[in-house]
Amino acid sequence: MQVRVLFFGVLKDLAGQSSDSLTLPEHATLGDVLAHYQMRIASFGNLSASLALSVNQQYAAPETELHAGDEIAFLPPVSGGLS
Amino acid sequence: MPLECLKCVQIVRERIDVPGFVNKMKCPDDGAVVVFEGVVRNNSRGRRTLFLDYEAYEEMAITQMNDLIEKVFSQFAIREVVIVHRIGRLQIGETSVAVIVASAHRAAAFDACRWLIDSLKQTVPIWKKEYFEDGAVWAPGEPFPAEILRPRDLPSQKPASN
Repeated sequence: MQVRVLFFGVLKDLAGQSSDSLTLPEHATLGDVLAHYQMRIASFGNLSASLALSVNQQYAAPETELHAGDEIAFLPPVSGGLS
Repeated sequence: MPLECLKCVQIVRERIDVPGFVNKMKCPDDGAVVVFEGVVRNNSRGRRTLFLDYEAYEEMAITQMNDLIEKVFSQFAIREVVIVHRIGRLQIGETSVAVIVASAHRAAAFDACRWLIDSLKQTVPIWKKEYFEDGAVWAPGEPFPAEILRPRDLPSQKPASN
């Protein structure tokens, strides 16, 4: 199944692209997609603990099972500045 | 949420007309209007800022801001709220985000406004890249709240519609 992956903020710079298309086996999870990019993109692993993940524009846990056509995003912490 | 709160939440690419929003919102039931403007500052951590680029995961940012609107009405005795976030390139002194709250009494307006901007900066997917004379850096943020990193309810497993 095909899914769309979006990168934002610093992740976009690290990935060298703002979006990607991925072919996954059935029952693949969000965690599987995260692991896929951790292997391929330098420094992604260091950041992954602080990232939020989303599926179809809802925050989601790594265990979330994916479906064909899902839109996944990797979200760095929101740029807040010092309060 | 009041039915008339139709355009409570916006993402824009042009200058935010704060007085215009305030004038449209005011109603005789209000005893207070509180306005917060987030403004581009000329320095960050000792470096002189040239300008900022804001980017957003737009559809999700709108959803998350609408979620904050629902929560703020359930927590504070306020009448109306507007949140406007600007994205794209912003210069020093320009307003990147406006949070405007109208209510009968000021305590609720102050508290709701503070809660909204603090919550927005933790949960709404918008990021800024700061440009200095000697480089650029994505501004860091606060850690996501636990309920975002590990949501208790998995999203409804509806496939995308294509």
